[in-house]
Amino acid sequence: MHMADALISPAVGGVMWTATAGLIAYSAKKVSIEADDRKVPLMGVLGAFIFAAQMINFTIPATGSSGHLGGGMILAILLGPYAAFLVMASVLIVQALFFADGGLLALGCNIFNLGFFSCFVAYPLIYRRVVGQKSTQGRILVGAVISAIVGLQLGALSVVLETVFSGISELPFHTFVLLMQPIHLAIGIVEGLVTAAVVTFVWKARSEIVRASRNAVPIGKVSMKKVLVGLFAAAVIAGGTLSWFASSNPDGLEWAIFRTTGKEELETPHNLHVALAKVQEKTAFLPDYSIKKSEDEKTPGADAKAPWPAVDPGTSVSGLVGGSLTLFMVVLMGVGLRRRKGQS
Amino acid sequence: MNNIGKNSFDIGYLDTLAAGDSSLHHLDPRAKLITTCAFIITVVSFDKYALAVLIPFFIYPVALISIGGLPAEYLLKKAFLVCPFAVLVGIFNPLVDREIIFHIGAIGIPGGWVSFLSILLRFVLTVTAALILVSLTGFNRVCEALLQLGVPKAFVVQLLFFYRYIFVLTDEAERMVRARSLRAFNASAMGLRNFISLAGHLLLRTLDRAERIYRAMCCRGFDGHIRIIRSSKIRCQEVVFASAWLFVFVLLRFFNVSLKIGDVIMGLFQ
Repeated sequence: MHMADALISPAVGGVMWTATAGLIAYSAKKVSIEADDRKVPLMGVLGAFIFAAQMINFTIPATGSSGHLGGGMILAILLGPYAAFLVMASVLIVQALFFADGGLLALGCNIFNLGFFSCFVAYPLIYRRVVGQKSTQGRILVGAVISAIVGLQLGALSVVLETVFSGISELPFHTFVLLMQPIHLAIGIVEGLVTAAVVTFVWKARSEIVRASRNAVPIGKVSMKKVLVGLFAAAVIAGGTLSWFASSNPDGLEWAIFRTTGKEELETPHNLHVALAKVQEKTAFLPDYSIKKSEDEKTPGADAKAPWPAVDPGTSVSGLVGGSLTLFMVVLMGVGLRRRKGQS
Repeated sequence: MNNIGKNSFDIGYLDTLAAGDSSLHHLDPRAKLITTCAFIITVVSFDKYALAVLIPFFIYPVALISIGGLPAEYLLKKAFLVCPFAVLVGIFNPLVDREIIFHIGAIGIPGGWVSFLSILLRFVLTVTAALILVSLTGFNRVCEALLQLGVPKAFVVQLLFFYRYIFVLTDEAERMVRARSLRAFNASAMGLRNFISLAGHLLLRTLDRAERIYRAMCCRGFDGHIRIIRSSKIRCQEVVFASAWLFVFVLLRFFNVSLKIGDVIMGLFQ
């Protein structure tokens, strides 16, 4: 469920990056306050473990398809939420840079989707409550399965919301949700079972490891509030930048919202949808809409943004011809540069 | 070589490329990191029907690949290998958005296809940009740049640890998987039960290893900080590199080169 740069808008990417960067800074501070020298090498090596374990495929019982470990919950259980979030972020950074899995701008989204929900929501609110002070095999199993399911459901929902708000994909919200949630329910169950089994394995062999991590400092209420305030502030700031974008760029977030809800209004005539669509219609058709229209003419094909496409075949064909020629010139330049380099 | 081996080979290969010796390799990592981010943000800032405007942006990966002497086919192949999610989500565009937005001759082109192609173009551009960054810089120097740009030290230090041990642990995982498959008469699928025992043992070994590493480092005077020799600094080249590219990005963002060239060509024929 790694999102790609190609599917998100700068506004969504920016908001998620701000949130993620804030969480990384906050977690890093927490980890350095703990001042456990041992922890930093342990984090690095456990990250490498998750990375290696993700590459081992296993057969999912009763389906015949193969899956692999996600690892967010195992990390949270062994390292505590802060260190686990940092390790998860590192795993995703390396995947983004070396396997081009997800993109650099989408990295903020990916770290948030896969790290935040399992480390800061599912682990403290579900796993720790279920398992409590006395770990038993049954409690670990129940806690791990429920928290893995919740973590993945929230993560998948977040992927859907980010994609829909970006407005690059045409997938309507409800279709996408119906596609993502059931798949991730199945993945969550398997992930939970595997997590529980691996944790139990370690717990049986070396119970002190699992016990030690349980004594890690829990999240204080005040600190979470700070995180939430930070997220809100980030959203406001990004919203401000976004409105600037909307005036210079015809395709902002508002436009995307209008477009998807506009479609939903046609397909599912619920009152709420209609009401929402109307509100968003108002916000989307800002007074500067006429400016947007004139800006549209700069980009070929963008004339479809107008409600009734004002088709200008001349512009579009010029765009195509020019585009192909530009591509040709760029490739030629590349070959030329390489040849010159070869001679020198 | 199985799947795991191939993956760690890939990481190693990109790092080998980063040991290259071109003018781009010698630039300060910060300049490259910032330019790459600016490039990606500019590319994704276009509206979803942008197609021709995106094409001039190929100048960035093409120029860097050529000057840096990187293997273009390898990077492209790598980019295409990882595109399923973008394609899976993007492929719905032609199905949902069937409004004809322009005509070539008598053929009407639906908006969905234009936006799908746009997604693919964005994908190739952004993904190659990220791969180029690593293969021109190397992961350790990217981390160095992150540290200099103010990313918390605890995070960067464990990131460096993590990177160092990827190779060790993927090797270890590969050996375990190979050992299992040899004893299972090469049955390709591993059951859940086997996987759990395998992953559990790998985890125990990992934890022991972490402890040994920690002790070994304590013996050598580790006090929680990794000291990096910083030879890099911002010189004239870095400023020129970053500002020239930023200028190009802004120019291409607000000035549709493809359209202008197309207009000239069409003008010649009319």
